[in-house]
Amino acid sequence: MARRVPLFLKRRSYRQRRLRDAARLLPLVGMFLLLVPLIGAGGAGNTAGHGLYLFLVWLGLVAAAAALSAGLGSDPGDDGEADSPAPPDRPR
Amino acid sequence: MPFNLLVLFCLCYVAMLFCVAFLAERRAAEGRVRWLRSPAIYTLSLSIYCTAWTFYGAVGYAARSGLEFVTIYLGPTLVFVGWWWVLRKLVRIGRQQRVTSIADLISSRFGKSNILGVVVTLIAVIAATPYIALQLQSVTLSFAVFASGTPEGWALPNRDATAIWVAGGLALFTILFGTRNLDAKEQHHGVVLAIAVEAVVKLVALLAVGIFVVWGIAGGAQEVFARIDATQAAGWTLQPDRWIGMIAVSGAAVICLPRMFQVMVVEGGEDRHLALASWAFPAYLLLMSLFIVPIAVIGLERMPAGSNPDMFVLTLPLAEGQGGLALLAFLGGFSSATSMVIVESIALATMVSNHIVMPLWLRLAPKAAMKGDVRRIVLLARRLSIVGVLGLGYAYYRMSGGSAALAAMGLIAFAGMAQVLPVLLGGIFWRGATKAGAVAGLVTGFAVWAFTLLLPFFGPGTLLPQAVFDHGLFGLGWLRPQALFGIAGMDPLVHAIFWSAVLNTAAFCAGSLLTFPGPVERMQGAAFVNVFDADAAGPQGWARGRAEPEALLMMAQRILGEEPALALFEAEARAQGKAGYLPDATPDFVAGLERRLAGSVGAATAHAMISQIVGRATVSVEDLMAVANETAQIMEYSAQLEAQREELSRTAGALREANEKLTQLSVQKDAFLSQISHELRTPMTSIRAFSEVLTEGDLPPELVANYGRIIHDEAIRLTRLLDDLLDLSVLENGSVQLNLSLVNLQQLLDRALAAASHTRPERSFTVIRDLPAENLFLRTDGDRLVQVFINLVSNARKYCDAASPALTISVRQRAGRVHVDFTDNGTGIAKQHQAIIFEKFARLSDQHRAGGAGLGLAICREVMANLGGQVSYLPGRGGASFRVTLPLRIGRQAA
Repeated sequence: MARRVPLFLKRRSYRQRRLRDAARLLPLVGMFLLLVPLIGAGGAGNTAGHGLYLFLVWLGLVAAAAALSAGLGSDPGDDGEADSPAPPDRPR
Repeated sequence: MPFNLLVLFCLCYVAMLFCVAFLAERRAAEGRVRWLRSPAIYTLSLSIYCTAWTFYGAVGYAARSGLEFVTIYLGPTLVFVGWWWVLRKLVRIGRQQRVTSIADLISSRFGKSNILGVVVTLIAVIAATPYIALQLQSVTLSFAVFASGTPEGWALPNRDATAIWVAGGLALFTILFGTRNLDAKEQHHGVVLAIAVEAVVKLVALLAVGIFVVWGIAGGAQEVFARIDATQAAGWTLQPDRWIGMIAVSGAAVICLPRMFQVMVVEGGEDRHLALASWAFPAYLLLMSLFIVPIAVIGLERMPAGSNPDMFVLTLPLAEGQGGLALLAFLGGFSSATSMVIVESIALATMVSNHIVMPLWLRLAPKAAMKGDVRRIVLLARRLSIVGVLGLGYAYYRMSGGSAALAAMGLIAFAGMAQVLPVLLGGIFWRGATKAGAVAGLVTGFAVWAFTLLLPFFGPGTLLPQAVFDHGLFGLGWLRPQALFGIAGMDPLVHAIFWSAVLNTAAFCAGSLLTFPGPVERMQGAAFVNVFDADAAGPQGWARGRAEPEALLMMAQRILGEEPALALFEAEARAQGKAGYLPDATPDFVAGLERRLAGSVGAATAHAMISQIVGRATVSVEDLMAVANETAQIMEYSAQLEAQREELSRTAGALREANEKLTQLSVQKDAFLSQISHELRTPMTSIRAFSEVLTEGDLPPELVANYGRIIHDEAIRLTRLLDDLLDLSVLENGSVQLNLSLVNLQQLLDRALAAASHTRPERSFTVIRDLPAENLFLRTDGDRLVQVFINLVSNARKYCDAASPALTISVRQRAGRVHVDFTDNGTGIAKQHQAIIFEKFARLSDQHRAGGAGLGLAICREVMANLGGQVSYLPGRGGASFRVTLPLRIGRQAA
């Protein structure tokens, strides 16, 4: 029983999908950024700098997650609507 | 500060928590749970991730290893920030399947298997025991810190006594609020609200200490940075392997730890909860970790050498003379420890009672299980389990001597519980994961973890002899606990995490690939993996069983309680359109009831109890296939119905057509009758009129002769009409006697032309013939055929309106049949009349000109039908053209 999934989405649903993509991408980005201090093996004399960097990345992740969650938490899951042909824009 | 005052403070704090929990339960009982289930409370309840290990241990960890402690919080941050990957699905499954614990989830996914429930429960208990011991230890230590610092100079009389008091108090609280009722959804609003309050307390306490240290002691952020740079202790270097390994293991732990699973999934999460928690929980962790390094650095600087860095959070304010702040910090630590112990013991007790005690009880006393009050047994089992779990923690604390570093114990627990992760992820994302694979993976992972991490932790010579460390298990060199397969030199923790994860996953995958899942397993697998598809419910496992609704009700009452069970059954009965309390035990209803019961006693136990009533322990593959077949049969049946319906409508159409034809025929018959009476009446009228005149006499003889001739003519006409009618009726009935012989077509045409020459003899009429073609022999009734020819020729003579009329007769043979065409050069017959010229009494011109009754062509048609041929009108030949078709040799059938 294959669900019929429309090929093209309305603008709203499209944005919703991309928002989910972003939500899936975020931990990967975070993982990468958190591994950056390991590069260069200069950790010995730089705890304060590393700490500052890590907490900034952390803060960034929190902010990004907060921005994304606003759009994701209330999703009613109506992503199945096909793009109906919109009336053409009138030249003004 | 006097020790008694501290104890009093603690008791007040605990009393306050009691009140909070009690009020929350009251509100929940009144049905006002909306506020209790808000995303904010949910997020705060997640903070039990931060235990006393965080509160005290993180500073100690930072003092020893620098920044590495943040990995414990970065892992969960990544997991929550990426909630769309795993947590959302996990929470949805938990809600849909009414999962009661992580062991229940795994057991339910893999065919409601009890073995898996037992395995996961055992792993959880073994991994959690050191963790609970750690909480007891930290509370005891914090008491000791206050005790030693008092001016009175008394020492804590007995640490073990303190620990046992703490353990006992926690057990009491947990039993009171964790096992007050056997909720259908296993939710504890009071406990959740209490730990939310504690979450605030510990965050405020740690932040207060941090702010005091940074701005009160060190003199500002800049200063702190400078001191951090100055204090580069040995071992503060970031180690890539530990960094990666610990982020991974903490990320796994935040999903798998029983207490995290309890608040995240069991206590009820929804998408909106997770949406807030996805950033608010990482933010909470961020705030908790923010001042750890400064506290550690300042502590190292200020405190005398050899003091325990795990207790800096307490000892620093005390040393600076901030008694109030120290008290706040103490309460924070106390909160961290108690909330963790409470939730962990609830989670573990649920697992132990649902997966170990209940199955055993069902096995040992199946009769009692079907009769006694299950609720009391379950609650008793839970209470005993709570006491047991806390007792284990206490025993471990006594055994380990309370000396080991807090951080190390916590990491061991993390790594142990992380063994569940591969099976968990496989279970919710891979339909091919099987029970055998899961058991193999879990057992392998657990064994490797125990051998490489848990047992060596106690040091050589205690649980593992020195010989094993040096030469491997059984003297096998590649089985050394800290250098498996001969790969030495790894960090022991990373070594354990690495090998347990690899071997666990490998065993799980291999086992799953090699074995075949049972039917319940396959059903559950589909339900779990496709949890977001609304229509993936699939066949119900109880389709084949027969259950007595009354027995089901009795059992449900014993688990859910009388009122809820009655309400449930009544609602279902009403939904089925029945009065009373007993609905039909439809497969849907039984499956729904099983899920409901699973929310109380776990999937495996609920399944076992239902199957005792339904009378079938397991569904077989055949059953599943049969259900699928049934569906297919129903579809086939409806297709058949559809075909029958179409056939019926076709038949109805045919009947309607037949009816129309019959009506038409009836009309035709009426028309025929009126026509024939008219035809008979006209000559009759003139005969009667002239004969009346004759009977009056007194007429000149020539007039009499004339009248007599008219009467004679009319009588002949009548006779001819009646002859024709008789002929037609004989022909139509097919009862005509044919006189078959071998005849020459040319001769027949000669006879016909000669006979027809009497018609309108005054006109000159040209006949064009094809003599050679006509010269062929036919086996047919010659006289009848001549009759047809005469009719056609005389028609031509009568109606051809050309100035010099001509008739062309052509003969052709084709495929054993002969075509004889009679074509004149007149105007022919109009198209709209071509269809009716062969009907009886069909006359195109007026009667007197034609001088016939209009039966000629009708008789021709019937004659030809009797001769096995036909006569038809050929359009488009210029004039009127008729074609006579007949076989060369008439078949015996037609004769």
